[in-house]
Amino acid sequence: MRRAVIAFTAFLSGLVLLLTAPAQAATADQGLRGTLTFQGQPVNGVKIVVTTESGQPVAAVTTNAQGTWQVPVDKAGRYKVTLDVATLPKNAAVRGGNNVRTPTVYEGNMSTVLFALQPKAAPGQPAEEEGGESSFWTQAAQLAFEGLNLGLIIALAALGLSLIYGTTGLTNFAHGELVTLGAILAYAFNVGVGLHLIPAAVIAVILAGGLGYAQDRFFWGALRKRGTGTIAMMIISIGVALFLRYVFLIFFGGQNEAFAQYTAQPGIEIGPISAAPKNFVAMGIELLVLVVVGVALLRTRTGKAARAVADNPALASSSGINVDRVIRIIWTMGGAIAALAGIMLGLSQNLKYTMGQDILLLIFAGVTLGGLGTAFGALVGSLIVGLFIQLSTLWVPPELKSVGALAVLIIVLLFRPQGILGRRERIG
Amino acid sequence: MDWVTIISTTVKAAVGVETVLYALAAIGINVHFGYTGLLNFGQAAFMAVAGYGLAVTVTVLGLPFWVGIGVGLLAAVLLAVILGIPTLRLRADYLAIVTIAAAEIIRLIFRSVAFKDVFGGSDGQRGFSEGFYALNPFPEGDYGFGWFTFNNRVTWVLFVGWILIALSCLIVYLLMKSPWGRVLKAIREDEDAVRALGKNVFSYKMQSLILGGVIGALGGFIYGLAFASVQPDIFGTETTFFAYTIVILGGAARVLGPVVGSMIFWVLLVLVNGILSGAVEAGYLPFMAPTQVGPVRFLLVGIGLILLLVYRPQGIFGDKREIAIDAR
Repeated sequence: MRRAVIAFTAFLSGLVLLLTAPAQAATADQGLRGTLTFQGQPVNGVKIVVTTESGQPVAAVTTNAQGTWQVPVDKAGRYKVTLDVATLPKNAAVRGGNNVRTPTVYEGNMSTVLFALQPKAAPGQPAEEEGGESSFWTQAAQLAFEGLNLGLIIALAALGLSLIYGTTGLTNFAHGELVTLGAILAYAFNVGVGLHLIPAAVIAVILAGGLGYAQDRFFWGALRKRGTGTIAMMIISIGVALFLRYVFLIFFGGQNEAFAQYTAQPGIEIGPISAAPKNFVAMGIELLVLVVVGVALLRTRTGKAARAVADNPALASSSGINVDRVIRIIWTMGGAIAALAGIMLGLSQNLKYTMGQDILLLIFAGVTLGGLGTAFGALVGSLIVGLFIQLSTLWVPPELKSVGALAVLIIVLLFRPQGILGRRERIG
Repeated sequence: MDWVTIISTTVKAAVGVETVLYALAAIGINVHFGYTGLLNFGQAAFMAVAGYGLAVTVTVLGLPFWVGIGVGLLAAVLLAVILGIPTLRLRADYLAIVTIAAAEIIRLIFRSVAFKDVFGGSDGQRGFSEGFYALNPFPEGDYGFGWFTFNNRVTWVLFVGWILIALSCLIVYLLMKSPWGRVLKAIREDEDAVRALGKNVFSYKMQSLILGGVIGALGGFIYGLAFASVQPDIFGTETTFFAYTIVILGGAARVLGPVVGSMIFWVLLVLVNGILSGAVEAGYLPFMAPTQVGPVRFLLVGIGLILLLVYRPQGIFGDKREIAIDAR
């Protein structure tokens, strides 16, 4: 056992040596941006001045040839954005006449500041009214799309967590770090080694699967053999999470990074939804993986064995199923798809050493909502959590969107503690 | 390397502010986890509502210091009741997930821009501790002997802090010797048996959650007063996890376990920090940057927690039979 722990730690440390990638300039966490167009054409050279709420200057920029401008800011809060009317084209004016905006910047978000331009109204002619009718539903459709994307990512991670819980009783607080691991491994091969993102992602997923196998083979499996209780294992998983998180911080650094490819893609519009093509591809891959895993669980012998072990390990063992082998397969698969979730998360946001920790509670929310220990419950629960988080931003500020999801988690436990697809006897 | 500075800061850490506030948080967790078997992973939230209760009452509402302390304690009790009602009937791991989620909800609300006027956003609140330092009986100057020398403000904080620790330990000691404490331990061992004896398990668990939460809240006050400010990110999940490490290190279900655990934890953390920073500065560790020293010591906390639970789950003083880490 002692040797096993040492071997496990040594394996991890060896692995992280791969991660010493050259540091890149940090991309700003949050800021303000906007695009100025006039009669369908971008407006170049308009001066925008950003100050804090109390009037401290932050930056002054001019729009570029695409009509866009961008100001990164250090801190979240309210800012004052003033458009210099004198630099506008002669025949253009800001709609409504007000050239000052006071947007709120949330941490980690780019806030878009709107200045709608219109031809200078001839005297006596009323200003054009905006068609605000459809905007709520357009926004809802867009958010539902984004929510589905987030839900699929959570589902990938949740599936592994739920199956590991079902088969071993371990509530794995280090699962978020497996998500981060996938993203950081892919980053190391992508930016550090210089591979294209797709082969880098494939290597990262395979490596993370191998690491999942090793984690069970040398660490968790050994602990189970020792008869370590589930609560002890839960606290041990917190230790593993702390360890991995700070290893990531040491080798990856505290800044935000992006993959070398597919970072800035022009959006395409399908109906009311506008998104970068990478999002559609990512969702396709996520769906495909989930369907394949789902079919494998339902149809293959190993999948059936996995569900049997999740249901009742002792009974499964006595009917001739090699429980340890099944658990190892689940760890391997769980590690691999958690890594995939991390890569997808890195594609749709930025990479950060806390990215997995940040969605860990959402993964838990998805798993608990669906029913701890059930594979398909985790899928349903995660999709609901993802949709709920994004759609709730219709009413609550984006910085508080996770609050709603976590509150729902608590409320569900009040009324249906076994989750949507769980069974009563599991909650004890 | 400057060994005198390293050793003197290390020795000072044994009684320092961090030791005091983590000891209080850990005593609370010891009541929950050590004695009752409740996995409360939201202790940071109890500290947060107490610290913010005090800060907001004094700075935003402009009420006196003592009212702030009352509001903070009341907030901790309320939080325990709100958390307890949905979760105390459920199994241990559900309680863990719900409490950690609730702690995150509270932290996110405290740091949100939407409530910046009340809670001060990610900068937090400051300027509420004057009422506390006005009570300071120590005149200007340094106090202590040898390496244990602090200025009058820190001396006052530590004086109050260690009195609170002593009182908390005394209360825990007396309660756990009482019939009430024996019921808590019985719940930890076998909840169903206690229920069969006609005890209201839910009510006992709730009382335990409130007691431990209020003791943790004292830690929140000490943080706010010692640093004259509260920030939301101080009360993150890692604060809770460090407090758990402290409880397990010292020995769960032992009155003085968390106090000794906290002293050892911070002495080791400061010592490792001092030695590593000194070694990096002197060029002994060419592969390390000075900014990597901080993460390395927390990485060691993770390894320490793993090794403790694998090889010595009872910690330094604990009794293996008295620890609620086996599944029920």
